[in-house]
Amino acid sequence: MRITRIVMFAGAAVGAVAVGGAAAPHHDAGGTVTGVITYTGTPPKMKPIDMSKEPTCAKQHATPVMTEGAVTGPGNTLADVVVYVSAGDQGGAQASTPVRYDQKGCQYLPHVAVMETGQPLEIYNDDETSHNIHPMPKLNSEWNKSQPPGTPPIQTSFDKAEFIPVKCNVHPWMHGYFAVLKTSHYTVSGPDGAFKLEGLPPGKYTLTAWHERFGTQTAEVTITGSETQTVKFVFRATPY
Amino acid sequence: MSIYSRLAALSGAGALLLAVGTTPVRAQESHIGTMTGHAAAGQKLYRRYCVGCHGPDGDGNGENAQWIDPKPRDFTAGLFKCRSTPTGSLPTDEDLFNAISRGFVTTNMPPWLPLPPQDRANLVAYVKTFSPRFATEKPGASITIPPEPAVTIDGILRGRATFQKLECWKCHGPTGKADGPSASTLTDSKDNPIRPYNFAAGLPRFMCGSTNADIYRDFMTGLDGSPMPSFADQLQPAEAWDLVHFLRTLQPLDTPEALIWKQWVATHGSELKPIGPDNGGM
Repeated sequence: MRITRIVMFAGAAVGAVAVGGAAAPHHDAGGTVTGVITYTGTPPKMKPIDMSKEPTCAKQHATPVMTEGAVTGPGNTLADVVVYVSAGDQGGAQASTPVRYDQKGCQYLPHVAVMETGQPLEIYNDDETSHNIHPMPKLNSEWNKSQPPGTPPIQTSFDKAEFIPVKCNVHPWMHGYFAVLKTSHYTVSGPDGAFKLEGLPPGKYTLTAWHERFGTQTAEVTITGSETQTVKFVFRATPY
Repeated sequence: MSIYSRLAALSGAGALLLAVGTTPVRAQESHIGTMTGHAAAGQKLYRRYCVGCHGPDGDGNGENAQWIDPKPRDFTAGLFKCRSTPTGSLPTDEDLFNAISRGFVTTNMPPWLPLPPQDRANLVAYVKTFSPRFATEKPGASITIPPEPAVTIDGILRGRATFQKLECWKCHGPTGKADGPSASTLTDSKDNPIRPYNFAAGLPRFMCGSTNADIYRDFMTGLDGSPMPSFADQLQPAEAWDLVHFLRTLQPLDTPEALIWKQWVATHGSELKPIGPDNGGM
């Protein structure tokens, strides 16, 4: 047993050295991982939102906005899935560009906002109504601030990585997420379920795909140069 | 050496070893004025007075919790409604001491004034051990509350305009009856239904203290874990005082504000546009 442990340790050390050699700047060159997020099973049906209690928002939408808990596309594809490097990232400079999050037409845009730990987040109210923005984290501290129309953006950031549900208590249909990650290598699947993660330096990575209702899926990839690899993530959807 | 003293010596050594072997990860004391509260003493009190609702693990799942609405506080989250500190920050020891002393009107939490102050300080120290936040974070700085200006009808009217503009009525209702358009949909951070404060119920007490300064503080800190947000970035001190004075007119009580208001409304009431979606800004 003792010998096995040493062997394993040595293996890990060699791996670390091999990975550690690559310190390419993020998103410049490197490999690409693409794919399409799909599901099996039956996802819940998204329902039209009745915004009649907030006429200033209702009038911004020609057709009713649908709920966004599980947005699907043709061919059992799944949108709003965050795909990110959960292990193997070499790290880089702290992201300093603010992430923008909008409250517009009593919706959160985007539905899932991705940011790095410590990265500035700017929350805008583009509506003619007050919103209260209420992130409900478990690891970071929970707060709740009112933001009337025409007031400057709320500037904040989160120190600990987690997926934070966000709601507006005044408009109970408003639900969104802050995905706070320790990596700069992330992307979100589009309405057709497609994703593209670019600029991965050579190395071994664990990719995690996260969906707000259907949990997480992981995949291992090894990038050697500037190649493009395809990874499949299949979620098991349940209606409730 | 008797067997008992030997045992005592042994367990003493064991405790010492434990103390050395593990870094103290939880806060163990509280400081209220010149009093120091101790978690060990607080634990005994907690098991007698608090455990039935808040539970042995402090998670709000005591035996009685299933019968109680709103639910007892879950101390493990380190999230507290009544604080003097900004939204998102921990309360001070005094805040927790005041909460235990005052109790929470409209809930099952009674005032614990019959317990001696030292006991309450000990309870504060113990309650803090349930959340790791108290070991790693400092409480926020208490907000400052400037002196209260005199009540005037102009101030009350400005407060009324703020009540309209900041959309307080969406939850608390146009006349403070807790019947605004969003009132029935409100949930707390554990997804339990929660009611906005009903000013028209005529309660002389508020959850986080009943003086005008307490109400002022509520706007600025927000009631964390509830739908009530912080308005600290939205209200200047003078505006906040005006709003306090207006809220007092919503209570069916003979507050000084209500007396001034009634007098004015008797002669000028027809000039007022009702609060609500069709107000069009006073």
